[in-house]
Amino acid sequence: MSDSPLSLAQLKRRLERLEGPRACSGTPLFSFGCDAVDARLGGGLARGALHELCAAETGDHTAASGFALMLAARASRDKPILWVREDKGERQHGRLYAPGMVELGIDPGRIIQVSAPDTLSALRVGADILGCMGVGAAVIEPWGEARKLDLTASRRLVLAAEKSGVAAFILRDMAMSFASAAATRWLVSPESSVVLPGNAPGPVSLAIELVRHRGGIPPFGLIMEWDRDEQIFREPALSRVVLPLAQRRQMAA
Amino acid sequence: MRIVAVDEQALALGMAPGMALADARARVPDLAAVDHDPAADAALLEQIADDCDRTTPMVALDPPDGLILDVTGCAHIWGDEGGLASDLAARLGQAGLRLRLALAETPDRARALARHGKDLPILALDLDEERSTALRRAGLYMIADLATRPRAPLAARFGEEMVTKLLRVLGEEDIRISPRRVSPALFAMRRFAEPVAMTDYVLATLDGLAQEVETALRERGSGGRRFIASLFRSDGDTRRLVIEAGAPTRDPALLMRLFHERIEALADPLDPGFGYDAIRLDVAVTEPLGAAQLELEEQAAGEVEVAGLIDRLSTRLGRHRVLRFGSGETHIPEQAAFAFPAMAPSQLQKWPAPEPGEPPLRPLHLFDPPQLIVVIAEVPDGPPRRFRWRRTMHDVMRYEGPERIASEWWQRDAGYVPGRGGLTRDYFRVEDARGRRFWVFRHGLYGTEKSNPDWYLHGLFA
Repeated sequence: MSDSPLSLAQLKRRLERLEGPRACSGTPLFSFGCDAVDARLGGGLARGALHELCAAETGDHTAASGFALMLAARASRDKPILWVREDKGERQHGRLYAPGMVELGIDPGRIIQVSAPDTLSALRVGADILGCMGVGAAVIEPWGEARKLDLTASRRLVLAAEKSGVAAFILRDMAMSFASAAATRWLVSPESSVVLPGNAPGPVSLAIELVRHRGGIPPFGLIMEWDRDEQIFREPALSRVVLPLAQRRQMAA
Repeated sequence: MRIVAVDEQALALGMAPGMALADARARVPDLAAVDHDPAADAALLEQIADDCDRTTPMVALDPPDGLILDVTGCAHIWGDEGGLASDLAARLGQAGLRLRLALAETPDRARALARHGKDLPILALDLDEERSTALRRAGLYMIADLATRPRAPLAARFGEEMVTKLLRVLGEEDIRISPRRVSPALFAMRRFAEPVAMTDYVLATLDGLAQEVETALRERGSGGRRFIASLFRSDGDTRRLVIEAGAPTRDPALLMRLFHERIEALADPLDPGFGYDAIRLDVAVTEPLGAAQLELEEQAAGEVEVAGLIDRLSTRLGRHRVLRFGSGETHIPEQAAFAFPAMAPSQLQKWPAPEPGEPPLRPLHLFDPPQLIVVIAEVPDGPPRRFRWRRTMHDVMRYEGPERIASEWWQRDAGYVPGRGGLTRDYFRVEDARGRRFWVFRHGLYGTEKSNPDWYLHGLFA
């Protein structure tokens, strides 16, 4: 029986390969598919957790929505993605357009949209969705300030996500400071794309900035492209480091 | 002005329907008369019919003042037909209604007996004036006179229609009544000796009914798609709760979850008043559901769970708030995709795969209708240089286009009419100085279709 510790280690490694990367706490992770980000995050983001994606500025909401859809697609393992929207958001930001999802490489057949009349209803629906193990990922999109989404409400979502293992994303159209129990918070804005021949806009290019991580990973910012054919994030050919939003605003002023 | 209806007292004084009001007033000067209100009468009849729903789901209106109840298979709840009739009489009597009740094998016979009593006059045949007169002239006043006569000469003399009616009134020919509601495929009912008001007790009763229904559905090898719970209040009010499932089911636990959702989502909460004295659960729509379909493989369990989630959310929010996306198979952008209730049966749609290596050509967010923008272009038929949208100026740094999308003139009745084919749209994918990507179009070809075409913003790219 002298070789049993070795085989145990081997077994563990094999399990790791089968189950994908795991954080120290043992929760399953999903990766960005891009080493630059995954390495900084220690493998990726926790799946059964709540992540907050905020539009960095007014007008960046579609970029943040795209980021939410991409992350949801990577986290959901071919299971359905449920997207909760408020009526007011639908009016302000336009409706989710299925051909646009196709253009991001995501099958609209996997998306189920739930339209909620108000924030409270959206949060309740969100909690119900996160309680359902058959769901791959949930995107909850409250409109405006959404004060109803406070620390208590976000903790409720966190608990539901942890229990079911469903990846949860809060998509906010405002980047304001608010208390939240989410595992991570990201600021998202569009970035000038790599130009194509004929001065045409190139593939989706986003500036993402991790501003908070409960696991203590220091904030960082990056510019990333979405490779819709491979369904992964990648660094643009000329990689640039994103300055924190505050500094960018200073420079613009 | 003529009298339409009289009460008992007036009848005793010799008033009768059809009499001129002036004549009646001449006889009884202090006669109390109110205007005839047929709409209110009809509404009252509907209300009474609602109340009779607790006796049987098969209730048909016989305006202006009659109801026909098909009580086939319902009497056992009251012991027998007599029990059913006396319960009905007691209920409606309490409401202050005078009731004439008749039980018979066929609806027409019951109706005739209720309206005309035991000795049926030929009036019970509801014939037109001409035929009635003809019958009277022939010395035939009572149905009994006709019943014994051979039918063929009667038909020859008074018409086939009269004989058909006679057969129905005699109870020799049965017809189905047309009930107000589509009768349920299956139902279970519970009556209470004392009215119950507690919601918990109501739910417990519904649970019991759901289990009864499950047994019945299992025997038939089917499941229900639509369930209706009718809560009959002791004061005659009826509340209906409708739930729907995306896939046929007979699982009492699932039904109860949906009923809980339904009750919580009610705009005005359940008001038991003085309590409910009966609860019925109808299975309105059934579909085959084999036993094998319930034994699921593990991977399908997740799908079933999601289907259950969709049912619950649709029940709570309404089916038009839980949506899937379908392809519209047209190149008109706002019609290229549509949303439909996720509960509705659908086939998996194949979306065309985008060209590898290309950037996204369609936006993630679409405005419907498109939003008018102010555009500065270098040349009237060229790409936009700058545009103003929602009070912000955007400088176009990169663009691609135009992608020309013609209106679908071939869909029009008149076909293509030169100059009137609808405006062509020239779409541009543009990116501003900050990297925001927009989908804008010029509405109408410059010069040929429009002298000064408008610009619209149609969508936003990620």
